[in-house]
Amino acid sequence: MKQTPSQTVGPFYAIGLTRRAMSVLATDTTEGLPIRIEGRVFDGDGKPIPDALVEVWQANAYGRYNHPDDKQEKPFDPKFTGWGRSGTDKNCFYRFDTVKPGPVPGPGESVQAPHINVVVFARGMLLHAYTRIYFSDEPLNQTDPVLNLIKNKARRATLMAAREEQAGRTVYHFDIRLQGKNETVFFDM
Amino acid sequence: MQIPQYKARDWKSHPPYVFKGYGSSVKRGPHKKLVPIKQTLSEVTGPLFSEVKLEPGENDLTRNADTGKEAMGERIIVVGKVLDENEKPIPNTLIEIWQANAAGRYHHPVDQHNAPLDPNFIGAGRCVTNEKGEYRYLTIKPGAYPWLNHPNAWRPAHIHLSIFGPGFATRLVTQMYFPRDPLIPLDPILNSVPSKSGRERLISSYAHNVTEPEFALGYRFDIVLRGRKSTPFEERRR
Repeated sequence: MKQTPSQTVGPFYAIGLTRRAMSVLATDTTEGLPIRIEGRVFDGDGKPIPDALVEVWQANAYGRYNHPDDKQEKPFDPKFTGWGRSGTDKNCFYRFDTVKPGPVPGPGESVQAPHINVVVFARGMLLHAYTRIYFSDEPLNQTDPVLNLIKNKARRATLMAAREEQAGRTVYHFDIRLQGKNETVFFDM
Repeated sequence: MQIPQYKARDWKSHPPYVFKGYGSSVKRGPHKKLVPIKQTLSEVTGPLFSEVKLEPGENDLTRNADTGKEAMGERIIVVGKVLDENEKPIPNTLIEIWQANAAGRYHHPVDQHNAPLDPNFIGAGRCVTNEKGEYRYLTIKPGAYPWLNHPNAWRPAHIHLSIFGPGFATRLVTQMYFPRDPLIPLDPILNSVPSKSGRERLISSYAHNVTEPEFALGYRFDIVLRGRKSTPFEERRR
């Protein structure tokens, strides 16, 4: 059987996809460093997109995914699904409140630096795009098997969320550029 | 760590990121070559929504506007299976649905098409596949509507569907169309799909055995997600 083709979410996805709030992944009792991720999605003219949709999937603070295929013996919190979805607000920002994920296993014996897996949808995107959010102040980035596939430093930098402290809150800022000089690295996987 | 891998995305089935006929894709589709990565736990795991409990009636878009009244239009029952490329049914997966009303207007502030809104129709619903991968929902046949892509542009009637499948790699958002719609050959969004068979797979079929007498017409639409590559580890714990 052949895969069903993708089609765009169109301009009215909010009816079906964001009527429920889904952008808060962690509660006060979730273990780990509470963080906010926020940013905008930009088009080829450098304009922020008002009708983009971002979904995230991440491991918990110990580096374990809430999924039966993750058989690691690491602490597990069934209340932390690790999934979230955010449309863009009137200033074109998407936003997630979560905890920083732990490192997860990579190919072979490698360890992947903490990262959040991202899918980007928008009106005008016929097919979603996969990318990852890495943390700019994370030492494990040096040895991350995916980051090390990207030789060009400027391109690698498109995957780095910059840490900011805002009113006692740790915020990682991550913009997604669909085209242009600083086009975000998107993955085929 | 050995991880069972999913087959690659089928680039003859999926549209390119930039398709000139669809104006909005020109500035929004990535240009640079995608960076290929090996699938790890990050890609093969994904949200399963096992904690989500659907309310009764979420799969009845004709009556889920909380007005106690029924939406206007031609009732339809849509059924289908969610499978993977290996014909394995995908059970317990969440499907989210959204669409225009019978007059071709969305319940959304951005939609300013001069067609009536129906106070009894939101145009959103959800359902979950059963153990055999089957789903079913009741709705109103959506109307065609104009858009600004090109002169006298009209979208053929369609229903938007969002499906997760078992992993991050299986995520899919698509649109279901209706058989013999005269607007289909003119629609750049459907025609962005490179292969003819791919385009045909987005068109539902009329299903008389699903049609209920004196009530609603039936349509069938099967959805195929990426399947696992065959490996000795194919049997999965769920």
